[in-house]
Parts: sequence; C-alpha cells; structure tokens
Amino acid sequence: MVKNGLTRRGFIAMAAAGAGGMVFLTRCNNPERYSTYRFFTDQEAMLVDDLVDQIIPPDEWPGAKDAGVTNFIDRQLAGTYARFRDDYRSGLKSISLSCQELFGLSFIELNCDQQRDFLIHMEAGKLNELVNEKDTGNGLNPIWKDGFERRFFRLLRDHTMQGFYGSPRHGGNLNYVSYKMVRLDYPLIIGQNRYNG
Amino acid sequence: MKNKHVNAIVIGAGAGGGVVAKEMSVAGMSVVLFERGGWAHYDDHNHDELLSQRTTVLGNAYGPDNKRYRRVFVNSDGTSQVVLPNEWLYNNNAACVGSGTVSYGAMGWRFMAEDFKMKSIYGHVEGSTLEDWPITYDDLEPCYEKAEWEIGVAGDDVQNPFAPPRKKPQPMPPFAFNKEANLLKKAMEGLGLHPFPIPMLRNSVRYNGRPACYRFRTCCGFACPVNAKCGTHNTVIPTAIETGNCELRINCQVTEIMVNDQGKITGVAYFDERDKKQIQTADVVILSASATETPRLLLNSTSRFFPEGIGNRYDWVGRNLQGHAYTGAYGLFEEDIYDDVGPGATIAICDFNHHNPGIIGGGMLANEFTRLPYLFADIRPPGAASWGKEHKEFQRNYFRRNVQVVGPIQEVPVFDARVQVETTVKDHWGVPVAKLSGYRHQADLDGCEFLSRKAEEILQKAGAVQTWRTTPGLGLSGGQHQSGTCRMGNDPQTSVTDRYGRVHDTPNLFVADGSLNVTNGGFNPALTIMALGYWVGGHIADEWQKGNRFN
Repeated sequence: MVKNGLTRRGFIAMAAAGAGGMVFLTRCNNPERYSTYRFFTDQEAMLVDDLVDQIIPPDEWPGAKDAGVTNFIDRQLAGTYARFRDDYRSGLKSISLSCQELFGLSFIELNCDQQRDFLIHMEAGKLNELVNEKDTGNGLNPIWKDGFERRFFRLLRDHTMQGFYGSPRHGGNLNYVSYKMVRLDYPLIIGQNRYNG
Repeated sequence: MKNKHVNAIVIGAGAGGGVVAKEMSVAGMSVVLFERGGWAHYDDHNHDELLSQRTTVLGNAYGPDNKRYRRVFVNSDGTSQVVLPNEWLYNNNAACVGSGTVSYGAMGWRFMAEDFKMKSIYGHVEGSTLEDWPITYDDLEPCYEKAEWEIGVAGDDVQNPFAPPRKKPQPMPPFAFNKEANLLKKAMEGLGLHPFPIPMLRNSVRYNGRPACYRFRTCCGFACPVNAKCGTHNTVIPTAIETGNCELRINCQVTEIMVNDQGKITGVAYFDERDKKQIQTADVVILSASATETPRLLLNSTSRFFPEGIGNRYDWVGRNLQGHAYTGAYGLFEEDIYDDVGPGATIAICDFNHHNPGIIGGGMLANEFTRLPYLFADIRPPGAASWGKEHKEFQRNYFRRNVQVVGPIQEVPVFDARVQVETTVKDHWGVPVAKLSGYRHQADLDGCEFLSRKAEEILQKAGAVQTWRTTPGLGLSGGQHQSGTCRMGNDPQTSVTDRYGRVHDTPNLFVADGSLNVTNGGFNPALTIMALGYWVGGHIADEWQKGNRFN
C-alpha cells in the first residue's frame, strides 16, 4: 500500500516540478542514502510539509512549510523531542493509511480543502469512523488506536506553532518571518532597537 | 578530602536561601551555600521563547534538566505519571544560582496585614486548613524593608491606598506606565478603582552598582541581559561571598540530612559536580530548596529517630501545597495597544484583595507580562480556531491589539494537596522523587469567578470590542508560586516549624523558603520569601552572636 503511494507521489512530484523534480524523484527512491533530514525520510518530510502548511497556511505571509517548520520538527526529533519519534513514525504512517482508505490517494495528492477536512476530522478523532464506513475489508482497521489520532494532531499542531513562532535558532521561523508578520523588531539587539521607555 | 566543618549549611540559593546565607555570613558565621544548578546567563539562551520560563517546551533555560530530574504527578483518576521538569505538571520553579529570582517577572509585593490573619478574618473553612500565621505583618515589616533596600524595589506605595503600613518608602521610583497601562488606568479610575504602578524588583534607576532597566520584552521568563533585574544572584549572594565567610557550592545535589546516634542533625550528604558522594557537617542546617524540594528532603531523611522523615511526627511535612489560582480576562481592541515597552506588566489594583462579599480573600489585578508570539498562539477567545487560516489571521490582527488583566487568587490551603516521595521512581542519584497530588478548594474557584468578572469589567470600560474570562479548574496548584508545605505555627501538632522557621523536635534545623507560608497572599510571593529569609537568617545570626549554638 505504502509502496504504491510512494510511486504515485514521486510521479506527481516529477510532473509538477519539471526538471527540478527529477532530482527529487531520485531522492524519493533512495531515501536513506540521500535524505536531507535527520529523522524524517524524504517521503515523511513531504507529508509533514503539507500537514504543517495546513496548520499555518501561506497567505500574504509564508506558511509553516516555507518558514522551515518541517526542519524545526526534524531537528527536535533528533534531539530534545526524541521521545516523540515513535509518535511521528506511526502517526505519519497512519495518516497515509487513512488517506489511502478514504480517497485512494496520499495526503499530498489531496486538494487543499480535502486536506483541511481530513485534519478537521483527525482533530475531532473521527477518522476511524470514516474509515470504518468505507471499510475495504483489508484488516487494517482500526488504523488509529486509543485516541492516538487526536493526540498526534495536537502534537503536530503544537510543534508547528513552536516552529513557526519560536526562535529561529531551533531551525524554524526562517528569518524571523512570524516576528515580521506581527511587526516585532528582530533580532533583539541591545542598544540597536527602538525603545520608547 | 574531607570537607571542613562549618557553622551553617544552606540548601538552595534562591529567594530564601540567598538571603539567609548573607545574613549569617555578614554576622561572621562560616557558611556553605549549596545550589543544585549553576550560574545562569542571558547569553546562553538570549531571547529564546521556547526555553523561557513562560513556555518551557524545549527545556528549562534556568533548570533543572530533563536528563537527571523526574517527579510523579497523581492524576484525578488516581493513576499517576512520571513527569519531566519542562512539563507543566512537574510544577517547576528553577534550578540555578538565584533560582526563580533570575527569570521571574520580579513583582515585589508585600503581603497585606490581613494575609497573615486569614482564619481570624474569614473563620474556619470546611475542607481547608486555613490558619493564621504565628507572626504578623508588623513582625515581618522590617524584613520587607531590608529586602526592598538590599535587593532593590522600584515602586511607590503612597499611590496604593490599600498598601500595608511601612516605615520607609521603596528605594527606587516606580516604572512609567506603558500604553496599555495608561489605557487601563483611565478605565480603572472610571470604575472608582485605585490603580498604581506595580512594585518591581527591577532597577528603574541605577541602583546597587547595576544599571537601570531597558524595558525589554524578554524579561519575565528570561535572565536580564543588562543585569537590571534584582534577584539574590546579583545582590545578597555576592555580598555573602564577599565576606569571605560563605562558600557557594554549585552543581551539588543534596540528598539527605544527616542525623547522629543521638538523633542530632549533623550536616548533609550530597553529590558534587562529578557525582561523587560527599558529606558536609555543620552546627546549623537551613533548608531553602523550595516548597517541593524542602519537604522531599525532609521526607527522604529517615532514621530510627525520624522514621517518617524529619519534622514529620504529626504528618504535616509536604501538606497544604499552594500556588495561586490565576484568573482574569482578555480584551481585544480596534487599535494597536502593544508598544513593545517591556516587560508589559506595569499597573495594578488592590481593591479586591480583601473585603469582597462572600469571597475568602481575593487577589490583586494587574496587566499581564508581554505575551510573545508562541505563547500568544494559544490565546484565543472561546470557540476560535486553534489552527489554520483563521488562527494565523487572528495572530496577525490581534498580537498588538490584545490586553490581559490577571491576578493571583489567594488559595485556601487543603491538607491533601501535598508533596510526598515516590520510592519506586528515582532521580539520577538514586533518590526517591517528589510525588504531587491533591486539589484546590472550591472556594478558590469562587474567588476566580469574582475576580475574573472584575477584570472583564475593566477591559470593557477600556473599550475592548470583545472580552473573555479565564478561570482555572480544581487541578493542583504549585509551580513558581509554590508554598505552604512546611507551615510555621505555634502548635507542633499542626505545623512543621516554629515562628522562626525551626523544625519542631530539632534544635538546629531550619526552613527558610515558601514552604513556611501558612497562606500565600493574593500576590506574587517572592518578596515575602525574601523577607522570611531575613526573618529566619536574622534570628539565627542574632542567636549565634549571643552564643547560642543550637544544641
């Protein structure tokens, strides 16, 4: 199942990205050898890019993906957040499985509204129900156990906020983009910022 | 090499311990001041919100670390979980020289005279161990004055008609209001309230050889980049060290209070910075390790003389854990209010600390410290989106257009809100960790309901286009304002120490931290803990100079 998804995803990436996509496709096929991430495989990273971009979408300001949030989460999973590694590995896999069951597509193949609806259901803990309604009898259900979908959504949501709104020193909030968005001086350097006090 | 015997050991270089060490060492006593953490520096974590004390998601910039420390938290269904120091349920304060006084918001409140007589004023409260302190405000007044002048407070109590009587003004002028405070001042006065500048343990002018505040946004939750915030780490602890009588021993974890075969306390066992077990003997031992770690140490120090832990003959050690029930309201405005004049909180009222019909106690109300972007991402009106397009737009539209008015409701103590030790879970050194369990009293929530409505009225009067209130649940309260677990009292059967912080049943063991607080006031307790440091430390130094060796 996952393997088929990868191939399709690779195809889409190539189709969408043109010449640059060729390089990407190569990476997709050899994730361990060429991965640019510490913890995520490139496939996982592509999925996380889309997930975090739903949580903080691009508008007139960059979204979470362009602010480096995937990199932030990856860096933390390689260190401080090592305790969440299993959650991410199995959570991302469950998202992929759920998408395949519901749409016959991978998450990144869904359109923006479908992605958002999927996450709204995930946040509410309703994915299992939906998947059950469409049960294809492949024995995978339940994909999500013991409330994990809500917990994993919360984890993703919180980590995305941290990566987007926290200090760039941890790998997210590229060039203080979120500080610019709320019109905060950055970086804060003694004697070089404007003070009214 | 064996450690040289000293006159006194202080465990914990925080708000209480730093002061006690200074009082004793200037009186000529030889002192070893133990601190489990090291020196904290702004440059180590600069303005990194994710490690700040306000949002410790990536760890505690001011300690302790997630590698060596654990606690156990008992959930409402009776199950328990192991919690890490940077997790909310750990109820952390800090672990560094100066402890919480390095990274606090630095409000320098005196408790009011009423706060020491809660039972006399409000009577017996069912389900609570509400009691009067064995000392009065007048007893502690000179100690507050010393704390204000030696550590440094900027404020002007003359502007606060509810302020308790004082002999000397605060040493530094108060801070100017920011835009938010000016807005609130008008609204508060319009409602007949009495706003005034918050007293702050922060230099408004150059003081004690350190510079005035630059008014950074990264203040509350951070070390001060210019050393303008006043803690024990940059005032009394350096003074103590300069006497030549006080040795500060950092990165040392004290694990047990030693008792000899006559049942007398002789010193402490600790692990040094290389994790080597050592013994330090002394004539007097003072516990200033916080309202969680002080009782943990007492409970972990069992012997045939103290089978249930030292001072615990009547099962009062670790009881009555309190913090504050924080409550208030948010308001959204149509124009920019945020002016980046740190640290945000500048204005307060004490109109609702006492004399509220049907309410036990109360609390001050103030505008809140700066909410940095990550913290603000969790601040939304009820029903608002917690992610997605709408959430991001809210962040952009209201980061500079929200005001929070908030205050600490004085909690009534609950006997079963407590610190115990969990023998099945050990820290890095193999010592049983603290276990936290219990609940707030319903009366606290009544206070929150009352005070949050007042906060909301103020915001509405100030012109907020939307307001919402925030009130806590019954969950256990500890954290940075933790207190009450080694209550002082006159009756050894219903308290842990006497009025000078001396542990009952022992001649030479004292407590000097928030553990002593019988009740916790409707205020941030730091200045009171410092004052208690002067009270206990001054008493020990006076007695020592009279020849008392606490045998």
